[in-house]
Amino acid sequence: MTVAIDRATGKRRGDRTPRPGLGRRLKDGYQKHWYAYAMIAPVAVVIGVLVLYPLGYGLYLTLTDANSLNSARTIGVNEIEATYKFVGLDNYADILWGPTAYDRFWSHFIWTIVWTAVCVGLHFFIGLGLALLLNQKLRGRTLYRLILVLPWAVPTFVTVFGWRFMLADAGIINTALDWLHLPTPAWLEDTFWQRFSAIMVNTWCGVPFMMVSLLGGLQSIDNSLYEASEMDGANAWQRFRYVTLPGLRTVSSTVVLLGIIWTFNQFAVIFLLFGNTAPDAQILVTWAYQLGFGQQPRDFAQSAAYGILLLAILIVFTSFYRRWLNRNEQQLAN
Amino acid sequence: MSTSTAPTKAPAERVTAPTAPPRKVRRRGERSRAASLASHGVLTVASLVALFPVAWLVYLSLGPDKDDYLHPGRIWSKMTFDNYAFVLQDTNFFDWLKSSLIVSLGTTVIGVMVAATTGYAVSRMRFPGYKKLMWVLLVTQMFPIAVLIVPMYQILSKLQLIDNYFGLVLVYCSTAVPYCAWLLKGYFDTIPFEIDEAGRVDGLSPFGTFFRLILPLARPGLAVAGFYSFITAFGEVAFASTFMLSDTKYTFAVGLQSFVSEHDAQRNLMAATAVLVAIPVSAFFYLVQKNLVTGLTAGGTKG
Repeated sequence: MTVAIDRATGKRRGDRTPRPGLGRRLKDGYQKHWYAYAMIAPVAVVIGVLVLYPLGYGLYLTLTDANSLNSARTIGVNEIEATYKFVGLDNYADILWGPTAYDRFWSHFIWTIVWTAVCVGLHFFIGLGLALLLNQKLRGRTLYRLILVLPWAVPTFVTVFGWRFMLADAGIINTALDWLHLPTPAWLEDTFWQRFSAIMVNTWCGVPFMMVSLLGGLQSIDNSLYEASEMDGANAWQRFRYVTLPGLRTVSSTVVLLGIIWTFNQFAVIFLLFGNTAPDAQILVTWAYQLGFGQQPRDFAQSAAYGILLLAILIVFTSFYRRWLNRNEQQLAN
Repeated sequence: MSTSTAPTKAPAERVTAPTAPPRKVRRRGERSRAASLASHGVLTVASLVALFPVAWLVYLSLGPDKDDYLHPGRIWSKMTFDNYAFVLQDTNFFDWLKSSLIVSLGTTVIGVMVAATTGYAVSRMRFPGYKKLMWVLLVTQMFPIAVLIVPMYQILSKLQLIDNYFGLVLVYCSTAVPYCAWLLKGYFDTIPFEIDEAGRVDGLSPFGTFFRLILPLARPGLAVAGFYSFITAFGEVAFASTFMLSDTKYTFAVGLQSFVSEHDAQRNLMAATAVLVAIPVSAFFYLVQKNLVTGLTAGGTKG
């Protein structure tokens, strides 16, 4: 009766025998798997109640014109009924190609893509570089490692404030630049520099995770592979290209995917660095938050619609990414 | 500007690094002094970049005046712990500590308890709907906060759970539970399958195998899942800022913001609070960080 045995033999439970009728299958399935279902029941319930129900409700909200003026609310002892009405797909249409759609959605969309690509790129390459350095026999390696992990160890909401002090108009960074007779940009006011500093701070926060994961990956590469390739006359670059990089494949594909998702959804850095002061440096997530909670009246419907669009973008991206990975792996296997 | 040196240098160094892979016998003497010096140089610069913002925050927290961050030179001569004393005595620091701990521990406990059985089920058993469940677990982890925050706000205000610890714990569980299940699956996968079989042969039910054999073995994994939920819940900003309204119920992430958004910016107090928060959390983090990474990448590779 153990379904689990399938795993041990490596065989998958499939339709090896002719399929019995539906009722029979349900009954069989229940008998065979009831404890599996019992075990996943708590999570299924939690996901259903805490994720799927709000998701469905949010989806419904996006089809209405709900905002904080017409939602149900309580003022003192008076309860006011919700008066928002169904507007169909108007919100999406308005976001995607309504008037000023470029300023509201597309400019933020482009910036979000740039932000994600640049941040993850920097995270990955700096992380890889540091991991390679740390993977050598080196005096003080552990100490370096401990220091380099620091930005990850301190909670983001703390470090971002540290950066805010440093980036302030007369903060240490500008003082230092001034002392070196370099231009002193308005880090937290000018749009370009806002974006620049957002990327800088986020890079600072995100590199340690990549570094530690890639270091783990590097250490799991079998040393004899390097020896063998050296015997075959591979030079340093070839060893890196044909031993190190393939050896890092699984780790790096995972951390890059995680990195992309996290960066795309990165809320704390931008929200805490700028608050409400930087409409042009907001990525889609923080922009959606501003629509829903950072302004009066709060535009719940549009904010929820942004949320759904964001989720859609991520899901499409992830499925393509995984498909691409699978295809690459098959090519390697052939 | 010290901050941009590491980004430009590190990728360049990547090429030279493989010339000196770890090796025991043969070419040890051959790694040139220059390469070794360069490695140390880059690592030192990177360490300084990593260390500086935090060290700066600590330094600023010692300055007694709220504008001292603009004149760091003056702090040196009048360094004091007054800020810390003030924060501990005259602000809501302990209220915030209490809320942060209630919310984070609540999330941790519920997250791990609820997720453990599921992690086991998806690690060991194949049942109809398995793939769909894994997909749901994966997708929930990439929910941007923007998706759930509006409906959650509406639902919680209907249930009168706004400005309530329990409401916030529930919200955090929506991310912590799927995440823990995913992570624990990765951990259970590393426990040899033979142990289950031995248990079954000796007459344990599937639940018995889980509770008596696997769960005790999985303690490190459970700990990692717990730590991670704790750290994420502790550092979460968006939901806490929106759902907690009274300033005695703020978590630290919200409380810190209140130093600046009030009528005047008390940056010295803010820095002191930030340091007080950062020390225990970072210490905690250092204790568990090695396990965190293995857990994260192990869970993510296979669907």
